[in-house]
Amino acid sequence: METRTLDTLSRHQTAVVTALHSDGAERRRMMDLGIVPGTAIRVEMVSPLGDPVAYLVRGSVVALRREQAAKIEITLQPAEETQP
Amino acid sequence: MTVHTTTSHACETCPLGTNAQLIRLGINVEGWNYVVALAGNPNTGKSTVFNALTGLRQHTGNWPGKTVTRAEGGFLYQDERFKLVDLPGTYSLLSSSLDEEVARDFILFGQPDVTVIVVDATRLERNLNLVLQILEITDRVVVCLNLVDEAERHGMTVDDRALARDLGVPVIPTVARRGEGIPELLAAIHEVASGAYKARPHRINNHNPALAQAIDTLAAQIEARFEGLPNARWVAMRLLDGDERILEAVRSGELGILARGAQPVGSALQQEAA
Repeated sequence: METRTLDTLSRHQTAVVTALHSDGAERRRMMDLGIVPGTAIRVEMVSPLGDPVAYLVRGSVVALRREQAAKIEITLQPAEETQP
Repeated sequence: MTVHTTTSHACETCPLGTNAQLIRLGINVEGWNYVVALAGNPNTGKSTVFNALTGLRQHTGNWPGKTVTRAEGGFLYQDERFKLVDLPGTYSLLSSSLDEEVARDFILFGQPDVTVIVVDATRLERNLNLVLQILEITDRVVVCLNLVDEAERHGMTVDDRALARDLGVPVIPTVARRGEGIPELLAAIHEVASGAYKARPHRINNHNPALAQAIDTLAAQIEARFEGLPNARWVAMRLLDGDERILEAVRSGELGILARGAQPVGSALQQEAA
């Protein structure tokens, strides 16, 4: 399985969070929004300039900046579970 | 029809069957017997619940990161006067944004008689984070499971009784926009406020032994220093996490004011908002 960061995920792809590389208040914030290791996350919408990106997490949509997404490590879901 | 008349008579006397016992007091909040805090994630319908209970139609908005103004209203139920305080919507009580501090300070230092947590039935998983955090601070909680109609539209049914059993506090399904479940919510608030309902709040206890020991040691010291503090374990956990706000409250003795219960309700919040 390929490991990379959330900012590299493309539209409608689904991944699973494996680690958070932020710390302090930002890490706390991510966890409060339900982004913890094991959480499924999906790219729902991309803004016109590509930043921020809206992600679907636990039934809610959350917008993250690219620099925030770059601190979230993910692993891609098996191919059959990702949508084209 | 006779059946009809019988039903309406029964409804008048049943504590659940009618809103007739609710007298909305609007902004008149003088001489209250109980203080009720209204907490929850953003966009769960807190203000709708607030308006349904107080009869108010508008309330002060709040904007993340800006000065936060609380909304207050009152209602009369079963001859008791309740003051309702609408707190800013937050996902957590642990981050350091101003909204979250305002909400946390009120629940912690304002010592409301009941905290009603409005949760979005369609996004229950994320909402439960805040519920568990508040249950760490206080067990005088009623969960208002709002937007159940929207959940049903999405094909979701929440087992509110199982949820109440797991959380150890009352869970009341509502559609606040249409007033559904408000009589049951009022009854639950009254039961918790009067102490008739004994909560058995769910607390996370699977800390590793070293952490558990640290919490025990610290909590004992906090209890010795601030006699009568209702949630020393929670304070201990916040200190171990390096929470500056709580550290300051311990240093300045603000926590002691809380322990003595001498602080007028809401003054911590006013300081924050000022």
